[in-house]
Amino acid sequence: MTVFTQFWSTYGSVVQFALINMLLGISIYFTLYTGLLSLANAGFMAVGAYVSAILTIHAGTPLPISLLAGAFSAGFIGWLLGLPVLRLRDVYLAIATLGFGEIVRITAVNFDKFSGLTLLGGAQGLDGIPKLTTPAGLIFSLILLSFFLIQFHRSRAGRALAAIRRDENVAATMGIDVAGYKLLAFVLGAFVAGLAGGFSAHLTRFVGPNDFTFSAAVNILAFAVLGGTAHWAGPLLGAAILTVLPEALRFMGEYRGIVNGLILVLVILYLPRGLFNPKWLTRRKEAGHAQA
Amino acid sequence: MFWQQVVNAIWLGAVYSLFSLGYTLVFGVLGILNLAHPSLYMWGAFIGLMCVNAGLPLWLALPLAMIFSGLMGVLLDRIAFKTLRDRNAPHLATLISSIGASIFLISAAQGVFSAQVSRFPFGVFPVKVFTLGPVTITLLQISILAISLAIMLFLRWLLMGTKLGQATRAVAFNPVTAARLGIPVDRVIMQTFFLAGALAGAAGVLLGLAFNAISPFMGGPMNLKGLTVIVLGGLGNIEGAVLGGFILSFSEVMSVAYLSSDLRDAVSFVLLLIILLFRPNGLLGRSSAKRA
Repeated sequence: MTVFTQFWSTYGSVVQFALINMLLGISIYFTLYTGLLSLANAGFMAVGAYVSAILTIHAGTPLPISLLAGAFSAGFIGWLLGLPVLRLRDVYLAIATLGFGEIVRITAVNFDKFSGLTLLGGAQGLDGIPKLTTPAGLIFSLILLSFFLIQFHRSRAGRALAAIRRDENVAATMGIDVAGYKLLAFVLGAFVAGLAGGFSAHLTRFVGPNDFTFSAAVNILAFAVLGGTAHWAGPLLGAAILTVLPEALRFMGEYRGIVNGLILVLVILYLPRGLFNPKWLTRRKEAGHAQA
Repeated sequence: MFWQQVVNAIWLGAVYSLFSLGYTLVFGVLGILNLAHPSLYMWGAFIGLMCVNAGLPLWLALPLAMIFSGLMGVLLDRIAFKTLRDRNAPHLATLISSIGASIFLISAAQGVFSAQVSRFPFGVFPVKVFTLGPVTITLLQISILAISLAIMLFLRWLLMGTKLGQATRAVAFNPVTAARLGIPVDRVIMQTFFLAGALAGAAGVLLGLAFNAISPFMGGPMNLKGLTVIVLGGLGNIEGAVLGGFILSFSEVMSVAYLSSDLRDAVSFVLLLIILLFRPNGLLGRSSAKRA
C-alpha cells in the first residue's frame, strides 16, 4: 500500500496527464480514421477548457456539467467550422484547420478587451480554477468512450467512415453521404477534444491562450501517428508512450523535444501503420476489419 | 502617414515573398507542403547571427546562411521525404513527416542556441535614416528591399532562362515523363530543395536584421503568414507568391495603422480562410480545381 502511495505521489500527475492525452488521441483518431488531416483539435481543446472553467468559476456548476458544456460547445464550434472547411481536401484542409487554432488564440487574447468583460483573462489566461479532475473520472470517461468506439465501428456510420478513407469517390458512388459523415467525424473529434480540455483545465487549474498553439496540435497528432490509426487502441498506446517518454528522457534536458520530432518522422518512414497491431486482438481468424 | 505605411508594406512584402517563394516552389515541383520550411528560415537567421558574432561581415554572413539552410533543405528531403516519395506514400504521410522534421529542427535549435531571444550586436548595420517629404526610411529597409528583389529576379532567371529551370518545370509538370526524357529527376529535386532552403535562409537573416529578434520559435508566426501568402497566390504558383506577399503585407500594415494593432495576427487568418473557401486555387489560379 505504501509503495502505491509513494508511486502515486510522484507519478500521479503524469498518469492523469497520460489519461487526458489518451482522450486527445481518440479525438484526432476520428478524423484520421476518416482520412482527414485536421490540426484543429488543440483549438477545440481550448474551447472546452475555457467554457468549462468559466462555468465552474462563475456559475459554480458541478464538474460533470461543466465538462459536458465544454464538450458540447467544442462540438458546436466544430460543426460551424466543419461546414465550410470540410469541402477542402488534403493539404488545404490541414492549412485551414491550422489557421483555426490561431483564431482561437487571438480570440482568447483579445476577447476581454473588445467585450469589456473579465472572462477569459486575456494573454495572462485564467487561473484559480478549482482542481476537480480525478483519476476515476478520467478512467470512467475513457472506458465509456472505448465502449462507444467498439459499438461505433460495427455501426453503419463507422463503416461509412472507413469507406470514405479508402476511397471517397467510391464511397459516394455507393450512396454514402460523404459530406455528412465527414462532418460527423469532425464534430465527434471536436467533442472529445473539448472534453479533454475541460479535464485538463480542472487538473492544471489554469487555461492560457498559448497552451493550444501549433505545437499542441502536433503533439496530439503524434499520439495517433505513433500508436497507429488502424485501431482505436493505437492512439491510446501512443498517448501513453509520449506522455511517459519525456519523464524518462529528463536527462536530455533541452534536447528532449527532439525525440518527439524524431519519433514522428521515423514512425512515418518505417512504421506507417503505427505501433499498435490490430492482429494482437484478433489472433488467428480474419484480420480486424479496421485494418488500414 | 499613408505614404509611410506604403513604404513599410513594400519592404515587408518583399521579405514575405522571399520566404514564401521557397515554400511554393517545393509544392509546385513535388506537391509537398513542407511544414519544416519555417524551421529552415529560423536556422538561416541563427546561422547569419553566428557568422556575425564570429566576426564575419554581413555581406558574407548572408550567403553563408543561405548555403547552410539550402544544404539543410537537401538533407531534409533525403531524410524525411525521399523514402516516402519512393514508396508513393499518401499526402498525409508527407505532411506528418514534415511536421516531425520541423519539431526536430526547432528543438535542436533550442538545444544548440538557446530558447531565449537573441539579437544582432548593435551597429552591425549602419543606422542611417533618410527623410523624403513625409516619409522616413532606413538604409536597412532599403537594403532589404533591394536584396530581396535581386534574389527574386535571380530566381526568375534561373527558372525561366536556364536549362536547370526548364528541367525543374518539366519535373513539376510530370516527373515520370521528365525521367523518360532523360532529365535527372532526383538531382532536380535536390536542387529545388537547396533553392527553397536558401530562400528561407535569406528571409531569416533579413527579417532577423529588421526586427532584431531571433528565437527558435520565430518560424511559427511566419509559417502562418507564409501559408496565407502561398494560398493567396495559388499553391505552387511562383508569381502568385510574390503577389500574395505584397497583398498580405499591405493588409497587415494598413489594418494596424488604421484599425487596431491587435488585429495584425488576425488579418492573415481571415485572408487565408476567405481565399480557401472561395478561391482555393488562389487569386491567379485556374479553376481546374484538381488540387483542391
